[in-house]
Amino acid sequence: MAQSFREVLKSDKFVITSEIGPPKGTNIEKMLHHIDLLKDKVDALNVTDHQSSVMRFPSIGGCLAIKEQGGEPILQMTCRDRNRLALQAELLFAYTRGIRNVLCLTGDAVVVGDHKAAKGVFDLDSAQLLKTIRQMEAGKDLGENELDGAVEFCAGAIVTPEANPIEPQLIKFEKKIEAGAEFFQTQAIYDLEKFAKFMEYARQFPVKILAGIILLVSARMAKYMTENVPGVFVPQNLIDELAAAPKGEAINKGIEIAGRMIATIKEESMCDGVHVMAIGREEVVPDILKAAGLAT
Amino acid sequence: MKSITKQKTFEEIEQQLDGFDRVYIAGCGTCTTMTKTGGREEVLEMRERLQELGKLVTGWTVIPTACDEMTEVAVKENNGAIQNAKCILVMSCALGVHKLSTYIDKPVIPALDTLFIGVEDGPGCFQEVCAQCGQCVLGETAGICPLTACHKGLLNGPCGGTDNGKCEVDKEKDCGWTLIYQRLQEQGRLDLMRKHHSPRDYNVAPRPRTTMIT
Repeated sequence: MAQSFREVLKSDKFVITSEIGPPKGTNIEKMLHHIDLLKDKVDALNVTDHQSSVMRFPSIGGCLAIKEQGGEPILQMTCRDRNRLALQAELLFAYTRGIRNVLCLTGDAVVVGDHKAAKGVFDLDSAQLLKTIRQMEAGKDLGENELDGAVEFCAGAIVTPEANPIEPQLIKFEKKIEAGAEFFQTQAIYDLEKFAKFMEYARQFPVKILAGIILLVSARMAKYMTENVPGVFVPQNLIDELAAAPKGEAINKGIEIAGRMIATIKEESMCDGVHVMAIGREEVVPDILKAAGLAT
Repeated sequence: MKSITKQKTFEEIEQQLDGFDRVYIAGCGTCTTMTKTGGREEVLEMRERLQELGKLVTGWTVIPTACDEMTEVAVKENNGAIQNAKCILVMSCALGVHKLSTYIDKPVIPALDTLFIGVEDGPGCFQEVCAQCGQCVLGETAGICPLTACHKGLLNGPCGGTDNGKCEVDKEKDCGWTLIYQRLQEQGRLDLMRKHHSPRDYNVAPRPRTTMIT
């Protein structure tokens, strides 16, 4: 059997994860195709949980599909849509179906998504969800009741290395570690100098850090991300590089940039690995890995 | 402190009044007078609009404080006009609507939506600062309520959606946790932010909440 994601994290290997965005609807062909394309090229695949609060096929469904195809899934769980009973129940179910990795997130606000009138739950937050997992591993639920069969998960969380102000985020980062996070996938980073500074700080903690790499497909997208996505700053030189690409070639430039960044992160051992997000363009992830010199 | 309200759209008011040709209007002399949603002026304007709709307004009043006991007296004093109406259109907050409904055996129709209990932090500028959760944490959050000031009501610090001190839901809204962080830092009490808060008890006092002062 292939190594578990936790074993990969513990090894000295440069860890590569990517993510699958489930569809809005029951047509899962494209998702299955992406899983098939990526499962053997990465160490684990996240499945997003109603990303940006847009209702979709569930993360757990995507994770089961990954398991069925022999891949290693990371179940993304936000606290936006489920109270503590539902979250715990899903963890029990996930465990029985062989899912062993969970990424604990607070979740985007409901109002940024496509069901703006829905009730945002947030009964727990990301740190509390991490603690819940550790408590369930010890055989008890949040009501202090004995579980007939416990769970065991490799639990992770996220961090935004370029947030402003950064200190509140770092305090939360440390709280997540204390709550049981073993690995972190970061928000997209583009400025490696700034990221190196974050890593200087983060290295003191016994957790694995995977740098978030989001594929830029155009100068417009890069500008949009800088202006609208919290904690994401695309340096002007990258925007210029994308803008200078010939018409229709910007995505290839984006692949080149992502590949270059991953290669630098690996060569300079800046952190423990990367988490590659191609948001809707999952089919080019192998090209990114190839550009990074990581393709097998 | 004020109960903050906003007037429903006239279409919604009209819809609620469908079938009621005679209407009595009650405003409130306290919060909705202050917020200009149900004081004398707004009540008179509503009367005019209802008359334009072809309704007969049998009378109107502005109750000093619609949510208190004196409301019963106001109802008695205006009993004739109230009895002459098919329903009461209430331009107070929901507390007043509720109170009136206990004294009048006719449909009470809210003309306003009650938004929050607000404090005035500048002339005419009201802010929601307390969610009345029954489990106060202000001692650990420098007097800023994370349940209220944070859109998601998070207890353990900011989410990743905060940006330059603003909230992901609205670039005009301050991130509650950035405010808490700044104030705790000024007070040299940042260690409080490092403390893990367990999941909240949402049933400190199960709804509907009541209390008896003895």
